[in-house]
Amino acid sequence: MTEIIEVPSPFCGIGTDDLAVQIDGLSLKVTANGCAVNTPAFEQPITDTAPRVAGKIVSLQEAAAKAAELLQSALQPFIGGCATDVNGMRALLALADRSGAVVENMNFPAARNNFLALQDSGWMNTTLAEVKNRCDLLLVVGTDLEVFAPRFFERYLWNAESMFLDDTSKRSVIYLGKAPSGNASTSPTGAKAQVFECASEDLPEVIAVLRALVKGRPIHAQSVAGIAVSDLQSIADALKQATYGVVTWGAAALNFSQAELTVQTLSEMVKDINDMNTRCSGLPLAGKEGDQTANQVCGWTTGYPARTRFSKGYPEYDPYLNDSRVMLNNGEADVLVWVNAFNVNSVPPETSLPTIVVGRSGMTFSQEPAVFIPVGTPGIDHAGHAYRMDNVVAIRLKKLRESGLPSTADALSAIEQALKEGSV
Amino acid sequence: MIIKLSGGKVYDPAGGIDGKQQDLYIRDGRIVDAPEPGAKIDREYDLKGKVVMSGAIDMHTHIGGGKGNIARILLPEDHRMDPVHRTDLTRSGCGHAMPSTFVTGYRYAEMGYTAGFEPAVLPINARQAHMEMGDIPILDKGGYVMLGSDDYLLRMLTAKKDQQAINDYVAWTMQAAKAIGVKVVNPGGINAFKFNQRKLDLDEQNSHYGVTPREILQVLATAVKQLGVSHPLHVHGCNLGVPGNVNTTLDTIQGIGGLPMHLTHIQFHSYGTEGDFKFSSGAAQIAEAVNRNKNITIDVGQILFGQTVTASGDSMRQHANCKHASPNKWVTMDIECDAGCGVVPFKYKDQNFVNALQWAIGLETFLLVDDPWRIFLTTDHPNGAPFTSYPHLIRLLMDKTFRNEVLSTLHPEAQKMTTLASIDREYTLQEIAIMTRAGAAKLIGLKDRGGLTPGNWADITVYTDNADRQKMFEKPDYVFKDGEVVVIDGKVVHTKWGTTHIVKPDFDASVEKGLKDYFDRYLTMKLGNFKIGDDEIIENGRGSLTVHPLVPN
Ligand SMILES: [Zn+2]
Repeated sequence: MTEIIEVPSPFCGIGTDDLAVQIDGLSLKVTANGCAVNTPAFEQPITDTAPRVAGKIVSLQEAAAKAAELLQSALQPFIGGCATDVNGMRALLALADRSGAVVENMNFPAARNNFLALQDSGWMNTTLAEVKNRCDLLLVVGTDLEVFAPRFFERYLWNAESMFLDDTSKRSVIYLGKAPSGNASTSPTGAKAQVFECASEDLPEVIAVLRALVKGRPIHAQSVAGIAVSDLQSIADALKQATYGVVTWGAAALNFSQAELTVQTLSEMVKDINDMNTRCSGLPLAGKEGDQTANQVCGWTTGYPARTRFSKGYPEYDPYLNDSRVMLNNGEADVLVWVNAFNVNSVPPETSLPTIVVGRSGMTFSQEPAVFIPVGTPGIDHAGHAYRMDNVVAIRLKKLRESGLPSTADALSAIEQALKEGSV
Repeated sequence: MIIKLSGGKVYDPAGGIDGKQQDLYIRDGRIVDAPEPGAKIDREYDLKGKVVMSGAIDMHTHIGGGKGNIARILLPEDHRMDPVHRTDLTRSGCGHAMPSTFVTGYRYAEMGYTAGFEPAVLPINARQAHMEMGDIPILDKGGYVMLGSDDYLLRMLTAKKDQQAINDYVAWTMQAAKAIGVKVVNPGGINAFKFNQRKLDLDEQNSHYGVTPREILQVLATAVKQLGVSHPLHVHGCNLGVPGNVNTTLDTIQGIGGLPMHLTHIQFHSYGTEGDFKFSSGAAQIAEAVNRNKNITIDVGQILFGQTVTASGDSMRQHANCKHASPNKWVTMDIECDAGCGVVPFKYKDQNFVNALQWAIGLETFLLVDDPWRIFLTTDHPNGAPFTSYPHLIRLLMDKTFRNEVLSTLHPEAQKMTTLASIDREYTLQEIAIMTRAGAAKLIGLKDRGGLTPGNWADITVYTDNADRQKMFEKPDYVFKDGEVVVIDGKVVHTKWGTTHIVKPDFDASVEKGLKDYFDRYLTMKLGNFKIGDDEIIENGRGSLTVHPLVPN
């Protein structure tokens, strides 16, 4: 039995890298600094170790050959999930390029709220160490932050010391929209976050009024979606008075139509505040199941985020038309490749299409896929790289055990190789 | 296997050869002496009448790292204008202003380039820079690690740590980030922006640390020199783009007191305040200072007209310039108590007075600096223009008639404010070879690159001589990388992976004590997880590391 310390996690998105993990053969136990997200993800046992074709155990080569045959005869393959490490994404995009597939990261429907705002007007954002050392006011919009990342507050707000704040416990936290489900946002001295609740779908109106108040525009209404305008005025004043305010939101939690406009209003409001003789920054939450990783690697390989098609022989990005739900429902794809090396519960969407699954060992299916290649998990079974939510820091994932499982890159490269050999 | 390149006209400034017809031999990837008479030549290329140079080296090009990827994601409309098809040999991608990684490698190689250096590697983002460069085929690559706005250094300066302690920290960071040089961007200014300062002059104090840009330049230039790092401190100075900044730049040159210093994209730092528009050329003064101070090297950062995107570590200046964004969208980031970045799309217009004069200022600088070993051909890709415009730029430098033709079409007031039309100089092929090959290799400290004498790696570009220099330089007949033909007639015919060039300056291991404490208290990552391992570069057989020698002091 061995224990490895300073283990980085690819699961929580906030780049915790202080976990201690005890290794006993193939079983793992998080012995320090676990959380509700990371501990089960690390401790998930291995089940399948061999690939299957139509439910029958085969070698990796045979599975790859069958997958290649399906891709070869397909008119429009679709590669979904895209939840893996940097090398896994590199292999995935090479396969997509060769097979003319459409590629989509499973969190794209949420990420689109951010991309559309970014690609229309941009933003001013910050990263976690800046939050840890500078943030004196955190505004959390429409998101239950401690469910998203249980250790966010402990690591980045209630840290004992910071370089530029005398007393971190004096930071202010304001929730707008959703109320927190627990007490993680309560300061070490017992100061509770201010909470101004409204329904998620009312956020567009509430945020629009908040931005107007920041800019000093007159508002005649007394309340917006149940929140007093005077309360919104106090938030606006707090943002302008803060030395380094931070506005955070989870794109996935903004699950109403055209939420990109709300992200845009928030981002433009942050820009406005930076023209009022103080600093303020945005902090979009993400980094789950390789979403930032998928978008980064797809970004440098194609120029576009991970909802991109290769069917014409070159990458084409369309945040609407390349939607897996649309394509699978409309019969626009005829083979599905599903890649998820992180989460056994993230199985392919129900479909009658022949399906190739490159998935974390432990995944179970209501309907046996045409091909299943169980793979190791980056950061457990092999080394790798994953991007944190702030999209700047790539963490170096460690190999913790010798499971013999192939990596996502191994599996997808084997399929690409078989496709290459089959096509000449 | 021996390859013979017969009868080409060789321009090899590193070997002192200026347009002499001679044969070259390649074995095991390197240039070798002529074999014994009768030795078997496996492959011969008849290069009679052709121009032969070593592979070109771009010593300052933004090809790897987070801000470049933000620029890509920001501009889907730019990529749509220039889609790049896959072939049996090459991957698909996108081109124009900020090409995808694979396309970056192909297009550089197709212009005869065999190496490119990313000048702004944030320590905390160095993994990304190397991963992106790891996906650039054919080219060798490397990076200059960015220091000067990191809180650790500023704390050291406030605490009056001695030069030795700073040297240890710089060396440690270079090794941790796998760098070959050190860059400073708006010294201390990126940090000051986080404290809401909006400008920072050379002698202006950071409001929190009380440290000035001049002090930062001094300790970093000293550290680089004392550590024996060949590439001098790479400086993106204060006040980028600000009219009147020529004085800041002259003061920066004077103030460094003879230490080696490289001033990058100096065009953006050579502006006066004369004339009706209070914007004028400071190129003559800058060139004069460069000519006089042999410790100074520069690259130009030429602007060329059209759409591009500016991606810089200088969050302070990028934020100040965001009102010029075209299309109107932009990003800035504060990053990890380490640095920052700003991405602002930009369209340089020939009928805009300022842009037209920027164009002329860059060319004046090229033509007024005497020593081609101390000036380098860059557009600060993609900031002044995409790297694919280099052949056009070379024609502007080599062809006075063409240059003056273009000049005569620009904003008339800008024409009045430049001496360009009166400058007769035309660059020679040998001078181009110095700026883009031998000089660059020497400046970066690349052993066995940038030259054609035996012992050098066989990175070779062969051109057909053509009075139209743009046509000549945009389509080489052959490009060899490490002795393998990768380009024929301006098209990639074979791909491979280049190496990553680094240096490993020494440091006292005790430097990690203070760093570990700092990481644990203030940063978001463990010290051990911050350092980039060799395996991260060389895994998958895609890359390799080449460690270059230090310069004894
Ligand atoms: Zn630059």
